[in-house]
Amino acid sequence: MNISNPAKASDFKSDLKPVWCPGCGDYHVLLSMTKALAELECRPEEVAVISGIGCSSRIPAYLNCYGFHGVHGRSLPLGTGLKVARPDMTVIVAGGDGDGFSIGGNHFLHACRRNIDLTYIVMDNRVYGMTKGQPSPTTEPDWDSALSPGGTGLSPFHPLVIALASGANFVARAFSGDIKGTSNMIVEAVRHPGFSFVEILSPCVTFRPEQREWKSAIHPPTVEPTDDPARAARRIMTDDGFNVGILYRGTRRPYRIGDGVASREVGDLDTAFAI
Amino acid sequence: MSAGKSPVGADIVDLAELLAHAYAIEVEAAERYRVLGDQMEVHNNPELAGLFRELAGHEEKHAAEIKARALKTGMAELKPSEFKWPGTEGPELAALDDAHYQMTPWHALQMALAAETRAFEFFNSIVESTAELDIRKWAGEFREEEAEHVALVEGLLEKYPEPEAGWSEDDDPPNMQE
Ligand SMILES: Cc1ncc(C[n+]2csc(CCOP(=O)(O)OP(=O)(O)O)c2C)c(N)n1
Ligand code: SF4
Repeated sequence: MNISNPAKASDFKSDLKPVWCPGCGDYHVLLSMTKALAELECRPEEVAVISGIGCSSRIPAYLNCYGFHGVHGRSLPLGTGLKVARPDMTVIVAGGDGDGFSIGGNHFLHACRRNIDLTYIVMDNRVYGMTKGQPSPTTEPDWDSALSPGGTGLSPFHPLVIALASGANFVARAFSGDIKGTSNMIVEAVRHPGFSFVEILSPCVTFRPEQREWKSAIHPPTVEPTDDPARAARRIMTDDGFNVGILYRGTRRPYRIGDGVASREVGDLDTAFAI
Repeated sequence: MSAGKSPVGADIVDLAELLAHAYAIEVEAAERYRVLGDQMEVHNNPELAGLFRELAGHEEKHAAEIKARALKTGMAELKPSEFKWPGTEGPELAALDDAHYQMTPWHALQMALAAETRAFEFFNSIVESTAELDIRKWAGEFREEEAEHVALVEGLLEKYPEPEAGWSEDDDPPNMQE
C-alpha cells in the first residue's frame, strides 16, 4: 500500500470491509479515528490500536496501523504493556461499554490510576451488541427488552465520573455522528499527556434502534474544560448524559518507566531473584 | 458540537484552496458510496450495492476532472481540520446513519439527493460571499455541475416510488434477541 507523506485519513483505512450493521455508530468512529490520525501527522507504523471483544472491538482490523484484537475486557493491560515497552508509539485502546466497564471494569480503574500516556476510546451503546442485546453496565435501569423484561432495575455505571475519580488525566464525551467534533476530541486526547478517556456515544441501531434519535438529544458544552476535578465532577454529575465536549484536562504527571522501579533490565531481575 | 451552517465563501482564499475543497468533496463522496456499497454487499442487498457503486463511479469521474483542472492552478494540501466545511464533514457525503440493511433504491437516492443539494448550497454560498472574481467564476461552474447532479438524481427518483410503510420489517432478521 502506498502511503502519502504526510499520511491522509484514507491511508489509515485497511482493505477489510466492516461487517457492522448499516447505520451502526461505529462506522463514524472509524472515520473519526482515521481523520484524527491524519491530523496528528502520524505514520501508520507509529500507531497501535488495541481492542478487546465486541462489535466495537473489531475496529483495529479496519485500520491500517499496528493492531491487536485481544481478549474480552483485557485491552487496557495489553495497551499498557505496549506503551511501557514502546513509549515512542502512539497507543490507542478501543472497545465497547461491555468490554471496558463490565468484564474489564477493574482494568479501567487501574489504567486511570496508573496514568500511562495512552488514549482509551469507549464506543458506548449501552448494550452488548455482539452477543445480541444483553444489558451492559451503562444500560438504563428501565430498558425493557426480551432479555431484560421490565428492565434490570440496576443503577447504571457512570464512566466519566469513575474515570475522574480514579485519576484519568483527560475526560471527554463525544457523539459518533459528529465526525468533526469526535476527531478533534481524539486529537486532543492523544496530545494530552497521561491517560485520556473519551466516551463516544455510538448508537447500536439493531438492538437499540431508539438510539438513532441520539443525534437530536446531543448538545454542545456550555462551559470550558477545567483542570479542577471537583468542578468537573459537579458538571458531569449534573448533566443529562448528552452533553458532549472535553470535561477535564488534568495536570498529573504521566507514569514514566523508572517511576518507583528499582531494576529495568531483564538481567537485573535475574540478579534480584538469584538465590 | 461542531455542526451548524455558516457561509464559507469569504474564507476560501485562492483557487488552489477552492480546488482542494472541490476535489475532496468528490473523493470523499465516492469513498462514502463505496462504504455504503460494501455494507449492502455484506448484508446481501445486491441491488443497492450496485447502485451505491454506480454513484461512487460518477463521483470518481468528477474527482478526476477536478484533478485535471488543478494542473493549471495547483491544489492546496489541507489537513482534515483545515477544510472549511459548513457542517461536521464534507457537504456531499451521504449520511451513514440513515443506512439500513433493507433500504431500497428510493432511500439511497434520497440520501444522494440530500448530499448533492448540500454540495450545491456549499458552492452557492461561495459564489454569494466571495469578493474574488476568479473564485466566484470557478465556484459558479462547480455550482452548475452540482445543479446538474441534483436534476439527474431527481430524474432517477421518478423511476422508484417511495416504498410502503413497513419496508424495514423482517420476519427473519439477521440479528435478534434470543
Ligand atoms: C471471556 C469472555 N466472556 C464473554 C464473552 C462474550 N462476549 C463477547 S462480546 C461481549 C460483550 C460486548 O459488548 P460491548 O463491549 O459493549 O461491545 P459491542 O458489541 O456493543 O460493541 C461478550 C459478553 C467473550 N467473548 N469472552
Ligand atoms: S449489533 Fe449493534 S453494535 Fe453491533 S454492529 Fe450492529 S448496530 Fe453496531
